[in-house]
Amino acid sequence: MLGWELPPFNSGGLGEACLGLSRALSKKGVSINFVLPKRLNINLDFINLIFADVDEKIGKLASCYTTCISWSKIFPSESFSPPQNYVKSAFRFAEKIELIIKNLKDEVDIIHAHDWMTFPAAMSAKDILGKPLVIHVHSTEFDRTGGNCPNPQVYGIEKKGFEKADRILPVGGFMKSMIVEKYGISQDKVKVIYNGIDQVKKDLPPALTVFKQLGYKVVLYLGRITLQKGPDYFVRAAKRVSDFYPKVIFVVAGSGDMQDFMVSEAAKLEILDKFIFTGFLRGDEKDRIFQAADLYVMPSVSEPFGIAALEAVVNGTPVLISKQSGVSEILKNALKVDFWDIDEMANKIISVLKYGSLKRDLSKEGSKEVTFLTWSRSADEVLNVYEQLV
Amino acid sequence: MPSVCLYFHVHQPLRVKKYKVFDVGYDHEYFNDSSNSNLNNKKVLEKVSQKSYLPANSLFLKLLKKYPQLKLNYSFSGVFLDQIRKHLPFILTSFKKLIDTGRVEILSETYHHSLAFFYSKTEFERQVNLHKTLVRKIFGLNPTVFRNTELAYNNELAKWADDKGYKAILAEGWDPILGWKSANFVYRPIGTKKIKLLLKNYRLSDDIAFRFSEKSWKDWPLTAEKFSQWISAINGNGHLVNLFMDYETIGEHQWKEHGIFDFLEKLPEEILKDPENNFTTLTEAVQRFPAMDKLDVPHVLTWADTERDLSAWTGNAIQSSAIKFIYGLEKDILATEDIKLIKDWRNMQISDHFYYMCTKWFADGDVHKYFNPYDSPYEAFISFMNAANDLKLRVETCLKKRKKKS
Repeated sequence: MLGWELPPFNSGGLGEACLGLSRALSKKGVSINFVLPKRLNINLDFINLIFADVDEKIGKLASCYTTCISWSKIFPSESFSPPQNYVKSAFRFAEKIELIIKNLKDEVDIIHAHDWMTFPAAMSAKDILGKPLVIHVHSTEFDRTGGNCPNPQVYGIEKKGFEKADRILPVGGFMKSMIVEKYGISQDKVKVIYNGIDQVKKDLPPALTVFKQLGYKVVLYLGRITLQKGPDYFVRAAKRVSDFYPKVIFVVAGSGDMQDFMVSEAAKLEILDKFIFTGFLRGDEKDRIFQAADLYVMPSVSEPFGIAALEAVVNGTPVLISKQSGVSEILKNALKVDFWDIDEMANKIISVLKYGSLKRDLSKEGSKEVTFLTWSRSADEVLNVYEQLV
Repeated sequence: MPSVCLYFHVHQPLRVKKYKVFDVGYDHEYFNDSSNSNLNNKKVLEKVSQKSYLPANSLFLKLLKKYPQLKLNYSFSGVFLDQIRKHLPFILTSFKKLIDTGRVEILSETYHHSLAFFYSKTEFERQVNLHKTLVRKIFGLNPTVFRNTELAYNNELAKWADDKGYKAILAEGWDPILGWKSANFVYRPIGTKKIKLLLKNYRLSDDIAFRFSEKSWKDWPLTAEKFSQWISAINGNGHLVNLFMDYETIGEHQWKEHGIFDFLEKLPEEILKDPENNFTTLTEAVQRFPAMDKLDVPHVLTWADTERDLSAWTGNAIQSSAIKFIYGLEKDILATEDIKLIKDWRNMQISDHFYYMCTKWFADGDVHKYFNPYDSPYEAFISFMNAANDLKLRVETCLKKRKKKS
């Protein structure tokens, strides 16, 4: 298996997904050599970690970048560098892999690579070993850029990888159609594997208690504040909601290039006093804010999967998710809306705040459902794919 | 000697349109969706009429003429009769033709296809009486057999029907309440004097209603010959076979392309081939056969799901809160004496509204999903509750006005 990052040295969902899937696969008896480009101080007993010792500087990955300008905002020049450096690193990874792969020759039945940075390495591994190549796609260049001027070099690497792969595993159906349409790949080669979640609800001290005691309802936005996540739709829906249901606050957990926009937009609509910005949260802090919320809203314009929705459900919080997300294809006990339909978004938010039984049932049924949406379930489907190829 | 009792339930709900919280106070028409979706009641009615009611009626008219021994039983919800009278009167005419043969019995039920018996006895009786009046007006008949919405039945309901002078009442022939007894006999509900209980043979009924087109079923394809043999096999072990099903089974749930019409066309001939067999109306059945034993049903029994209880309508929090909200309006609604308001309130009691909110998706989900015109139970609940809140607002406004006047 070829990856780019693993927790806790991860910047987003990619590392978590690789870890969850590897753990579940190894429990099912798959032995995994997991190759990372750079040496990291991690120790995992269920996979054999191999480091390729790429000497290029490798920083944390951004899950999305809209333009060159937003890219440079995320990575100020002294700490890191434009996408070209990733491309360079990706090719260095490919060079380094040759030696590693030759040593593993007799141990490998399948090559499984995650996202474009590993594709050059994966392709050269396939050339050397002549074994089937499975490509797992957590996001494409089209997701990361919202379709605005995808980086042609990255697109090229992705397309080549897809063509060379024996099977492509996107994390959602919308992404599958993108791989077929934008990259010209035959859909027989593409099989959707939804992400899983193995988390259980923790007993944590309550958050935002002062507001709750005063009878305020809490609506949560959690995620990067970037165009793809639809923060502008959230603010406009918030305006519509507060006009009808004044005892509400909107908590925004996350950071990103549109945070200033969100603040000024809320100010313009005269609802800034109803907003709380917490910054980026992780671990227990994140779970506490989920548990405090009456509703988690994920208004994403484009969302390959959207694991945060499952994290909310694990914490017993009802979710309203955009129909444009991968997770909306599998999670039944959720409210769904088209991200652009502000009126319907507000209608559903108000309904959850107003009708207690709706919140109760979404939480109860969702909690039951999410126990089935495990990594073990995803791993079973991946195993099916392996069996077809070997 | 099994007598075959064919009984069809005919009903189309009034589905609540997509109704947003922002519509409360402005839009008082809850059932007038005009989109292309399955929330468009008129469109659904037209579709089902073409696929089911019209061809089924013409088939049965033909069969009634061909076989003088054939007898049928129907129940119509008032909500259904309202809709065809308004939109498709020729469908009503085609039902009347069946009834004019004199060999079709019509049953009594609640006008608004409601579960009122379990929430308000007085409202329940009002709806039963409204239905009686309507059936008398349209068909000139006085029903003497009662079936409650969703076949929801218990001892208390049987007692009520007995007191009202009904000759028979229907229920599901569910094994756990029958024990070693068979649904193919007539019973007497415990604590009643005269009334008899007719039980649905759910296996044979569901062979037609649910399994007819199911290719993975071991007895697929079902032929009239095979089915008649199963009926004849009851000879000696029972007096009658009660085949109860939704009329929409014919042509809508089971498609013409899968042979449901051909099956029914051959059925009377095949059944009558055995001289021991015959067809019966429900009233004739209870006149002909004695009650073999008493039957005790303390808890509510329905046709639905593996539980056969009310949980498909009132099992979760959204369902029970919605149904309580609606019945909680009773006193104020009636006090308005506003015909339109009361009618809207009663149409909000149609049991289908609550069925659409059922979240038992993972166990018996498929059936629920098939019948659900909403994307999810939660969507059904949101539109319903928003509309119900508008109704409440109208009642409050109306009562305030009346107070001012007096």
